[in-house]
Amino acid sequence: MFKIASARHFYPLAGKLLPWISALTAGLIFYGLYLGLFVAPPDYQQGETVRIMFIHVPSAWMSMFIYASMAIAAATSLIWKIKLTDIFIRCSAAVGASFTLLALLTGSLWGKPMWGTWWVWDARLTSELILLFLYLGYIALVEAIDDERRASRAGAVLLLVGVINLPVIHFSVEWWNTLHQPASVAKSGGPAIHPDILVPLLVMAAAFKFYYVAVVLVKMRAAIIASERHTQWLQGLKG
Amino acid sequence: MDWGAFFNMGGYAFYVWGTYALAVVILGINVWLPIRELRRQQKLLQQESQE
Repeated sequence: MFKIASARHFYPLAGKLLPWISALTAGLIFYGLYLGLFVAPPDYQQGETVRIMFIHVPSAWMSMFIYASMAIAAATSLIWKIKLTDIFIRCSAAVGASFTLLALLTGSLWGKPMWGTWWVWDARLTSELILLFLYLGYIALVEAIDDERRASRAGAVLLLVGVINLPVIHFSVEWWNTLHQPASVAKSGGPAIHPDILVPLLVMAAAFKFYYVAVVLVKMRAAIIASERHTQWLQGLKG
Repeated sequence: MDWGAFFNMGGYAFYVWGTYALAVVILGINVWLPIRELRRQQKLLQQESQE
């Protein structure tokens, strides 16, 4: 475990894993798109716009999943100060922000035909927008501090404070009246969706998870080279 | 397979295809930029180890 946690062992391991994870991601995306665009029937209420869900919902899940991963890593980083953990957190931020933006924009594209508006200032949409600002705030904060260690510490504290927003996003549809529909998958009593809709949704969710892992591994490899350029082990690897 | 109806998406073509186009662009950038950066770093490293 601690061996993997060192950049020296992580770099070649990530290189070996990447082709497999990338292939798996591509396969899942194509299978998910096939199911979502060709197999899934139009919804009796929402018609063909239900297909927006196969991008929108997995993106929203990823926006929270990545933030939670970063926050957990931030907590361990404050305690054990493993350099690779800080690299992981930094490499996750832009992907997390991107999924948050994608969830917001596709939600807008879904809201317009179904609710008649691009945006409402309700609890779910507002808390998701706050999540985007948390990501952007984290990126700006870390970029603004020159000293690497201090930047990581400050970033970790910001991430941990922002964790309070995650349950707010999740329960917002229950705590407040909103246009946004309540949870259909992660609810007590099991999912309330037909398998024709649920399966493509879960395939796309899995695809986005592996996509995130692949992107983070590429970014971490680049970040490891950037920070360990002059070490002997890296010089010996020859790229 | 009726491709006209497929692309029309029940009249919601803009919203449905707009969603998928946004996903391709945003997720595409997130793959393209990191790969470019990794290649750049690997090239720099190779140049340095040859010196």
